[in-house]
Amino acid sequence: MSADTVSGKIASGRAAGQRGRYGDLRIALAFLIPSATGFVVFYLWPTLRGFYLSLTDSTLLGEASFIGFDNFERLANDPLFWNSLRVTMLYVVINIGVQTVVALGMAVLLHRLTTSVAIRGLVLLPYLVANVIVALVWFWVLDYQLGIVNQLIDWLGLGRIPFFGSENWAIPTIALINVWRHMGYTALLIFAGLQMIPKYVYEASAIDGASEWRTFWSVTLPLLRPIMALVLVLTVIGSFQIFDTVAVTTSGGPVNATRVIYFYIFELAFERFDFGYAAAMSVVLFLILGGVAIAQLKMLRAGESDLS
Amino acid sequence: MTVLTGTDRATRANDAEPVTRRQINWGRVAAWTALVVLLIVTIFPFYWMLRTSLSNNRSLAAEAGSFLPADFTLGAFRRVLGLATTQEALAEGGSGASVNFWLYLRNSIIVATVVTVGQVFFCAMAAYSFARLRWPGRDRVFFVFLTALMVPPIFTTLPNFILIRDLGLLNTFAGIVLPTLLMTPFAIFFLRQFFLGLSREIEEAAMIDGAGHVRIFFRLIIPMSSAPITTLAILTYINAWNDYMWPLLVGQDESVRVLTVALGVFRSQTPQGSPDWAGLMAATLIAALPIVVLFAVLGRRVVNSIGFSAGK
Repeated sequence: MSADTVSGKIASGRAAGQRGRYGDLRIALAFLIPSATGFVVFYLWPTLRGFYLSLTDSTLLGEASFIGFDNFERLANDPLFWNSLRVTMLYVVINIGVQTVVALGMAVLLHRLTTSVAIRGLVLLPYLVANVIVALVWFWVLDYQLGIVNQLIDWLGLGRIPFFGSENWAIPTIALINVWRHMGYTALLIFAGLQMIPKYVYEASAIDGASEWRTFWSVTLPLLRPIMALVLVLTVIGSFQIFDTVAVTTSGGPVNATRVIYFYIFELAFERFDFGYAAAMSVVLFLILGGVAIAQLKMLRAGESDLS
Repeated sequence: MTVLTGTDRATRANDAEPVTRRQINWGRVAAWTALVVLLIVTIFPFYWMLRTSLSNNRSLAAEAGSFLPADFTLGAFRRVLGLATTQEALAEGGSGASVNFWLYLRNSIIVATVVTVGQVFFCAMAAYSFARLRWPGRDRVFFVFLTALMVPPIFTTLPNFILIRDLGLLNTFAGIVLPTLLMTPFAIFFLRQFFLGLSREIEEAAMIDGAGHVRIFFRLIIPMSSAPITTLAILTYINAWNDYMWPLLVGQDESVRVLTVALGVFRSQTPQGSPDWAGLMAATLIAALPIVVLFAVLGRRVVNSIGFSAGK
């Protein structure tokens, strides 16, 4: 690997020397035109425009005028906004907390028990199905009257649970539905990390007479730290952007119990046409996610030292 | 390992199992039980989807706890596929409203296919430029492209909606596919990783033979990278097929409505009191089918690609 890289560098250095200071600039630009167009038109320009929109009173219909930071002032005094932040945080904590633990357990079980690609494929299946489908299936499985889960609860002699209809249950329910959807995917990410731990570490641990449980806590988990950090980076930010499940099942209700920030922005923009205000809120979401990403990258770097 | 004496310890070392035989067995039983429970939890909703879709909607309430289809019938599938008459549909608890399933299926296929072909091809070109060509500012431009990964989709969704509307592309296929047709930062990143790993020697040999970059790209790089390109294509297809918010915003019109949006509409149109659950489950099952089939055919590749995204 390293020898290859070195020879590659020497070779490319020579090639670049032959081709002069600008190297392959012309052909490189030609190859970049389509994706650069896509980048400028659908990522860069909308990003700048999004910031601008947040400073206007745009309503999608008439002319918009510049109103400075009024939207942000309004936002600070909007109880629904703070509620949506609280609900989103609750969702993220439940979703990521449960998902990480379950996926870790699942990954270790897969790693220690089986090499079957079929089983690994099976656990990935929920991840491949559209959010809308996942939401509809669980909406049915958890239905208050006819859902099989409530049938079972009833049969056990416990009180039925209005999973989507109760303010207390709605967010945990939606969070757990998405745990179900993502746990196999997350487990496979961790599984890939497990496979990178060399066999001899386990052999040494076995020779020392460590129990399976002890091996997990003292060997597997510490060596997994970098991959766990990466998994958290990949999943936490995605978790903040919960939308489809809410849109299909509860539409933000009951009362405001599931009005997560993504759904609130969507509603403001496309149902109430309060576009400028929605843009301001998405700026705040942008800043929050940026903060989360930076914090996580720091964490990731802190974790890197373990793997060498 | 040669230092070990006694059969018991030798066996342990060979199996890399740290505990005694008896405990291993109990531990294994517990571990397998846990795994099987997880697998059942994973699979059960799919089974329930199938079971419900094969039920007569009118009988679901009476046999809600039965694990077999309630009053077995293919009526729900016939309703969804538009094969049932209105009377038949009403008799089995359907709404009797016509469902344009085939149209939505066609629309989904068009959108997912166009997005996949465009995105993979254009991103392969960009990745080639970033990985195999030398030009000033290359890594800085690549970094700028990558920063787009940081922008939450909703942030660009609002202005993109205005843009698509101003271009007069609402309720057209062009409007649905354009934002992801030309590039996503992830696709470029994904392919660049592979292209970086290809050996320079073959490329240089081709150059000495007088091949230009276009020829090298089409005749060497693409064939040599068929595995990662296929993987990316599958992932892109699945994402495009499953996408909900963007087609919901710009593709409400019946003529371009994709399956995910249609399912959402179907759900919101069903009466709150007694929805046509059997029909709804039949519809979701058919909507999920293409992905399940794709996965059955190319599953190993998808599973292994997950390892890639974690490993590199």
